[in-house]
Amino acid sequence: MATRQTQFLARSLLTPAVGLLFIWMIVPLGLTIYFSTLHYSLLDPGSESFVGLENFRYFLTDPAFLASLQNTLVLVGSVLALTILLGIPLALLMDQPVIGRNFVRLMVIAPFFVMPTVSALVWKNLLMHPVSGLFAWLASLFGLTPIDWFNDVPLFAVILIVTWQWLPFATLILLTALQSLDEEQKEAAEMDGASAVSTFIYITLPHLARPITVVILIETIFLLTVFAEIFVTTGGGPGLQTTNIAFLIYSQALIQFDVGSASAGGLVAVVIANIVAFFLVRIVGRNLEA
Amino acid sequence: MARMATTRRVMISTAAAWLFGFLIFFPILWMGLASFKTELEAFAIPPSFLFFHWTTENYATVQERSDYLHHAMNSIIIAGGSTLIALLIAIPAAWSMAFSPTKRTKDILLWMLSTKMMPPVGVLVPIYLIYKSLGLLDSRIGLVFILCLGNLPIVIWMLFTYFKEIPRDILEAARMDGATIGRELVYVLTPMAIPGLASTLLLNLILAWNEAFWTLNLSTSSAAPLTTFIASYSSPEGLFWAKLSAASTLAIAPILVLGWFSQKQLVRGLTFGAVK
Repeated sequence: MATRQTQFLARSLLTPAVGLLFIWMIVPLGLTIYFSTLHYSLLDPGSESFVGLENFRYFLTDPAFLASLQNTLVLVGSVLALTILLGIPLALLMDQPVIGRNFVRLMVIAPFFVMPTVSALVWKNLLMHPVSGLFAWLASLFGLTPIDWFNDVPLFAVILIVTWQWLPFATLILLTALQSLDEEQKEAAEMDGASAVSTFIYITLPHLARPITVVILIETIFLLTVFAEIFVTTGGGPGLQTTNIAFLIYSQALIQFDVGSASAGGLVAVVIANIVAFFLVRIVGRNLEA
Repeated sequence: MARMATTRRVMISTAAAWLFGFLIFFPILWMGLASFKTELEAFAIPPSFLFFHWTTENYATVQERSDYLHHAMNSIIIAGGSTLIALLIAIPAAWSMAFSPTKRTKDILLWMLSTKMMPPVGVLVPIYLIYKSLGLLDSRIGLVFILCLGNLPIVIWMLFTYFKEIPRDILEAARMDGATIGRELVYVLTPMAIPGLASTLLLNLILAWNEAFWTLNLSTSSAAPLTTFIASYSSPEGLFWAKLSAASTLAIAPILVLGWFSQKQLVRGLTFGAVK
């Protein structure tokens, strides 16, 4: 009797959360699917008509889609590579006996807490401005020609900003994992005469495999939808050079008011994200068993 | 000899760690410094690092010209409101899954996680149109609602992993002593759950404060939180670096402090417990 009561209570406590999330997932997604089959432009109200898969054909064959897909892949891939390749040595360094380690930690983690619009604008103006930015001044000190970041290498400039924001995340997770590494194992290896390099390759790196996977998956989820950094620095330009899929959909929806094709694009984004999510959910799920 | 080597090693790693830490932190420091410069000095070449005319006038101007406090208030209401509502919905749900798990609990948890994977841009169009027809565009309540739902899966997950760590023996002992569910909740669970609740609250405040997809797309002026307000500095007319820096410094300072307190929970929360 008591258990049935408890079960009932447990279920009723769970219902609001499940119900809300279900509505949150199903209603907008259903509408996106519905809109994606319509010719629907906010500039031309009342002209909605069913067009089947026409919007998908339009969106997927639009040269802007291929360009933005490529930009998305380059952006996500570069930031992942940079944050992990820089994050591993940084985490290893911070795992060493360092005087004032807590303070160094604070400095390293700080960029993660800066809101995206602030980091983008500070980098764009104070650091990367081609005339008055700090980088331009540094370049001139070495007798180099300052780089006009957002005209010459716009996507790379965005990559640098996003890397700065996500490096702390990668470092912090790798550091947390390093600190849980069994010291005795490392000491035993050292006693057996293993060099620092082989200790790293055969003990540390395998131990980091899982946290690295987690970093890759979680960063990918967020990096696929990088938006604010592009919105305030380049507006997707020059041309389409910094337009990623998220920004392309935004501009089709809220600049060109083409609801139908933006919805089709939205579904394409959902499919891409789901492929990544599939792997992440599996990894986290496995952890849930343990 | 060994001792010497160790000291040297500590010196080298300390120097290297401080150098890289400083480099990573530098853009924030540089922004902080620029906020105390005059506009002219802020983009002077060569830049001055410390020996400039320190002034606080930018902070006053930012408030006077653009009513900074109004946007700060919006941020507080939107981030705070969405976090509190999410907690109210999540606490019972997480409690129920942690203490009365059923066969489907794992599936429900993973399903909740998967809703977080949905890219917001995939549902931008319908949300925008729904908000437009309901008059919720540029309203605080609209943003509170959407950020609350967006963060709900993370809140439930974090609470679940914390609740899961509360030893069940204690609950059973309380039950044996005849405690009702209500008493169990108030006297046994709550005190043990407070650290977990606090870190969940903190991390989600940070996430909501910095959220910059929905806030940029669904607010323009009257409900604009700091993310949207700062974005208005991206317009190319005139360069107001010192004022941009002052506004930015104010916008990130409180969250930086909160963030520094919650580093450990950050790893746990953002990896859904996969890395602790």
